[in-house]
Amino acid sequence: MAPDTSTQIHNIGYRSYDGARLGRSYARKSLFSQSLRGAYGLGRSAKSKVLPMILFAVMCVPALILVAVAITVPGSTELPIKYTTYALTTQVVIGLFLASQAPQSVSRDLRFKTVPLYFSRPIERVDYVVAKFAAMASALFILTATPLLIMWIGSLLAKFDFGDQTKGFGQGLVSVLLLSLLFAGLGLIMAALTPRRGFGVAAIIAVLLIPYGAVTAVQGIAYSTGNTGAIDWMGLFSPITLIDGIQTAFLGATSAFPGGEGPTAGTGFVYLLVALGLIAGSYAALMARYRKAGL
Amino acid sequence: MTVIATESLSKRYPRVTALDRLSLDIGPGVTGLVGANGAGKSTLIKILLGLSPATEGSAAVLGLDVTTHGSAIRERVGYMPEHDCLPPDVSATEFVVHMARMSGLPPTAARERTADTLRHVGLYEERYRPIGGYSTGMKQRVKLAQALVHDPQLVLLDEPTNGLDPVGRDEMLGLIRRIYTDFGISVLVTSHLLGELERTCDHVVVVDGGKLLRSSSTSDFTQSTATLAVEVTDSDEHPDGTAALRKALTGVGLTLHAGEEQGLPGAGHVLLVEATGDQTYDTVRDTVADLGLGLVRMEQRRHHIAEVFRDNDQSVPGGQPVPGGQPVLGDRPVHTAQQKGAGSDGA
Repeated sequence: MAPDTSTQIHNIGYRSYDGARLGRSYARKSLFSQSLRGAYGLGRSAKSKVLPMILFAVMCVPALILVAVAITVPGSTELPIKYTTYALTTQVVIGLFLASQAPQSVSRDLRFKTVPLYFSRPIERVDYVVAKFAAMASALFILTATPLLIMWIGSLLAKFDFGDQTKGFGQGLVSVLLLSLLFAGLGLIMAALTPRRGFGVAAIIAVLLIPYGAVTAVQGIAYSTGNTGAIDWMGLFSPITLIDGIQTAFLGATSAFPGGEGPTAGTGFVYLLVALGLIAGSYAALMARYRKAGL
Repeated sequence: MTVIATESLSKRYPRVTALDRLSLDIGPGVTGLVGANGAGKSTLIKILLGLSPATEGSAAVLGLDVTTHGSAIRERVGYMPEHDCLPPDVSATEFVVHMARMSGLPPTAARERTADTLRHVGLYEERYRPIGGYSTGMKQRVKLAQALVHDPQLVLLDEPTNGLDPVGRDEMLGLIRRIYTDFGISVLVTSHLLGELERTCDHVVVVDGGKLLRSSSTSDFTQSTATLAVEVTDSDEHPDGTAALRKALTGVGLTLHAGEEQGLPGAGHVLLVEATGDQTYDTVRDTVADLGLGLVRMEQRRHHIAEVFRDNDQSVPGGQPVPGGQPVLGDRPVHTAQQKGAGSDGA
């Protein structure tokens, strides 16, 4: 009689792995998706989902209200605000999201010394930096582009002019893409400088808000003293006014600068150079940071 | 087959020479890398993982050159760092799955291998809880699991017994032994404790100041002479049985060691006798019987690696064998007095 195998307990011992090893690019993609999901608290504890999800909702609700207003108010032909204005008016929410999630993404690895474990695997320093940078920028892009998508769909439901709306939507997307890259770079650098999460949060808020406050104040003074030429150049010194200047010059946005003038194409080109320089600079600084933070 | 080979490997920092023309040839098995803090152990591991370029010389791991095939080496090698490296807010399973994927394992394989590996290192239900609540022993197991999860051909373990209590230490050493015997994965394990390596390793490499001090199999280190540890009771006739036996054994021409335990509590009543052959056992037994003492234990004790070094390094106090087999040391009476006190309490 054959033994009843269903009741046997097998000690299968150690099994070696002969399957696929997908190497460096797969590891980089895995790190990217893990970091992107982590920015919204996915794959982390329930507690860490609360803040990013609330901020995401706070970003989307005004867009829904705008759409609702546009559809219900009779005779309206366009949305109450431009696509490019949306990110500027919600910059505090974007700043809070960055300040809470950038340290989560990089400070934890530094603080708990997990970084050497990454570098003892097939990925290299450049893979780690690129994956973290791309994940943070993507998280910000999702945060800033989703309300624009809601507005665009709403405008189509309201039967506004398709061409106009799509053009505005496209301009808005380019603007928030640039904003996402710039903010991600600045946020990650600030967060990577300190293993302490609290310092990272404070540093990011400081970098976003203090220059903005200073620039706005100086611009206000320049405007009230009639020195309007200085207003354009002042905008170079804070991240959000940099984006404001670029989209005013190239993307048909209405500037939030005092007087509403904003830079011309010539000055705007300087704005663009500064923004791209900051993005490249923060990437280079991150690479330098992890040269030291390795094993 | 050679697992690790280095050829006059040197690493110089502006002010420090971390490795100085180190040439090694390490085969499969468990190899201990011994050295004091700052002897160059961690620098060597960094170079072997292809993360830090050597100033001169060459190194190959699993037949792959470290300067050109760093990524390929790191796919086949596991690394367990000395320091804490675990985020406290995720569970062991989540963490090890992530690390498996970072080693290139597809998602399904990463989950299966994680479950297997955590079971092999001895983590069961607790693997679903956040790592922050783990004991040091459990954390060390998670660190070991992330080094093994991608089924490497070689693991580099940096001070795996750091911070563990004696039981945890024994379990970890047993686990390290199994990594080679059961899993077939070669191991390079660093430590500054010789005693634990001699029980675990097939081969021991000693580095000091970036130079190779000695490289040989563990049996070479310990086989030179066998030592018998003898412990006897006291009797009314001989209130200090140990002293009486020492006198008697010296009288019949046996050589007594001052062992490693010298100066430790309890060392006073263990005599270390050099065993020259089977007749030594008989001599000890007969001598004890003649004195009318109780023989508590007589066990074979291998030479400790440390003693080999003490022989070479005469500057270590209290450790060198006393010439002429007369282990008369100044602090002996103190120990004897303590023993007698303890003995009478028990009686």
